[in-house]
This record gives sequence, structure tokens and C-alpha cells, in this order.
Amino acid sequence: MIAIIQYGAGNTGSVQNALNRLGVQSIITDDAATIKNAEKVILPGVGEASTAMQSLATTGLDKLIPTLRQPVLGICLGMQLLCNRSEEGDTTCLGVFDADVIKFPTGHIVPHMGWNNITDIKGELLLGANDADVYFVHSYYVPVCADTIATCNYILPFSAAMQKNNFYATQFHPEKSGGIGEQILNNFSAI
Amino acid sequence: MLKKRIIPCLDIKDGRTVKGTGFIDLKDAGDPVELAQKYALQGADELVFLDITATVENRKTLCELVEKIATAINIPFTVGGGIRTVDDAALLIRSGADKVSINSAAYNNPALIQDIATRFGTQCVVVAIDAKQIDNIWNVFTNGGRTDTGCEVTVWAQKAVGYGAGEILLTSMDNDGARNGYAISLTNAVCDTVSIPVIASGGAGCEEDFSTLFKTTKASAALAAGIFHYNKLSIPQLKDYLKTNQIPVR
Repeated sequence: MIAIIQYGAGNTGSVQNALNRLGVQSIITDDAATIKNAEKVILPGVGEASTAMQSLATTGLDKLIPTLRQPVLGICLGMQLLCNRSEEGDTTCLGVFDADVIKFPTGHIVPHMGWNNITDIKGELLLGANDADVYFVHSYYVPVCADTIATCNYILPFSAAMQKNNFYATQFHPEKSGGIGEQILNNFSAI
Repeated sequence: MLKKRIIPCLDIKDGRTVKGTGFIDLKDAGDPVELAQKYALQGADELVFLDITATVENRKTLCELVEKIATAINIPFTVGGGIRTVDDAALLIRSGADKVSINSAAYNNPALIQDIATRFGTQCVVVAIDAKQIDNIWNVFTNGGRTDTGCEVTVWAQKAVGYGAGEILLTSMDNDGARNGYAISLTNAVCDTVSIPVIASGGAGCEEDFSTLFKTTKASAALAAGIFHYNKLSIPQLKDYLKTNQIPVR
């Protein structure tokens, strides 16, 4: 059973729909005990960083998430929340990945919206996805760092996916990335 | 490299897909869920559903349709038509829409853009603009293309961005349904004004119209309806053509 963390702004329904299509059982929840005991956890994300962190703080999940031991997958804003700090709303985040979240420079079309290819992939999460086009929507990015397991290029190279121990994350939306996205979610459920 | 998006648009009336010329003369074009699945499998990059006869009574029907679409397809989709309040938008987003498209309501009450963006993020808010040339000036039309606002299109586009629009869906009413190509001057004018993605819409009649659009404007995406619904052109055919013409597509 995968626990999909509910915190107001996330696109929890889309993630659950994608898992349903794969026949993977999931539950949308903000209950700490359910999340702690789940086989795997997904922190989905659509929304704004400071609002999202406030919402996680009200339920105490901001303390729980960094202590989780099972595989955790952060998606989009979920990935950014797993970093140290975000320029969006000058927000202190969960501090799992030792990286900061930065706004794309001005003078370009932002958000980075649409299908872009990911390269330099590492590890089991992205098996079979090298150079695949996946769906992105974001105005902030995480620079390439020690935890980067896939790179994408838009304006500049940035982290398309990250991993540190049991924490996995994608800046793109696997739940909206067609067949290749489904494969990535399958890879996660097989970890 | 970021790819140019090809977006089939499904106009919805009473739960069916319809297509007309210049917003009138509607013809049945099939079941939306079946079409959505077909397009997703064929490599559509996104889908747009516009409820063209949106009323309070059929809002529930639309939400049910959105739920079915969200369950069935694995690419992003936008829903528009008759969204007047944040609650209207919230209902559709909760039903599974990734983005909502707002048109007349945004023009009449720009704070609506801000309200939806604050609650769900700017990436959720597509501001749809219908434009028609009046004395060589592209004016914004609202109310399903019936009302000339007298406002020049780039003025409104710029203002919409200021309120938090995440994307602009720009339809040329002059080109819509004519299958004579996209409105290049209109698209360029808006792309040069705003720094958010612009989806060009109205006028696609053949493969070349898409490559002309992408070669001569900064449009991030091309939207089309009839050309796909009546099997005049398939998405794989179109993408092959664009690839051979050095347009980056998925």
C-alpha cells in the first residue's frame, strides 16, 4: 500500500488515478500513523511552497516526513519541499536533500511547461527512461547537485530527479507523463 | 530540449464532442472519453476540453465527465467553459482537471485569475483569449465571441499575466474553422508581450500550418480540433512531419 500524502495543494487524485491504472493500491491520507506504517509514501505536489509547508506543519507531517524509512517519492513541488530551502515565499523546507530551490531567471518563458527529455540518469527509479520526454510544469528549479539522478535542460541544466537513501524525487510529473511516466511509477512501486 | 506541444481541443456540448465553424454550425464529433484516450495513445501532448454551452445545470455532468477523463488518460488536460468563480474552478480541479481555462469571467473580473492562482498555483490558470481583427487591430471578444470589448489583445494579455495567468490560450476567431493557417501576426504580438507560454489556436488546416506557426512565432503549443476529429491528419503523421522540419516534438 502506497500512502499519498494529502496536504491541501497536492494533485493527489491524479497520482491515485495513475496508480490505479497500474493496479497499485494506494490511500490518500494526512494521518501520521497511516503514513508511517505504509509500505511506500508519495508526496505529490502542485501549489506554492510556503503554503504547502504551513499545511504540513499544521498536521505535524513536516517533522514526520524526514524521519520516514520506507521509499518516499516526492513529485514536483514535493521534490522541492524535500530540499533545504525554497526561494518561493522564502520557505524553509524539509531538509532531506542538501540543496536549495531557485527561481528560473527572468527574460525567458516561465513556467517551464511541457515535455522535455531527461539525461544522465542513475539508479532504479528511472530504469528505461534515459532521454525520455516527461512532463514538467515549474517556475523554480533545483540546481544539479550530489543527489541529482537525472538532468534536464531548460534555460540551464537542473535536477530532473533526485535521490538520497530512501528518498526519491522527480521534478516532472510521472503521473502525467504518458507510458514512460507509468513505467517510472512502476519502478518506484517495485523498489 | 523543451518540445513544442500539440494539443487537440475537444469542444463539449451535452457530454459530446462537437465542432463548428466560427463558433456556429455545430456538428457531432464523437465521445470525449474515447477521443481523449485515442489522442493520448497517439502522442497528444495535452488535451483541452471546452464546455461550450456551460450552464449551472450541466456543471454536474461536466464534473462527471472530467472524472472519467482523469481516470482514463495519462497526460495533462485543461477544462474550460463557464468558470465564473473560484468554486467553479475548484470543482473541476478536484474532479481531476490539471488546469482550468477562463475566458469572459477573467476579462470581466481579473481578480478571479489571482484567486485561482493563489489557491491552486499559477500553472493551473489558463487565460483563454478570443481575438478578432477590427480595422486592423486585434480586439478581445468575450461572451463566446459575441461581445467586442474594444480592448486590444496585448493590453489584456499583459494584464492577465500580472494577475497570475500561467498560460495563454489565444484563439483567432477570424482563422477558427477556416483551415487556412494560424494567425501569425496575432500570435507574434502576444508572444512578444508576455513571458508565459502561449498556445496558438484557430486555423490549422494542414501539417504545414503547424510548422509555419512554430517557425515564425514563439508559440509553445498549437491547439487544433477539426483537423484531428475528422481524421484529416493524425497526430503521429503531424509529429513525423514536424520532426523532418526540425521542429522539436515528442
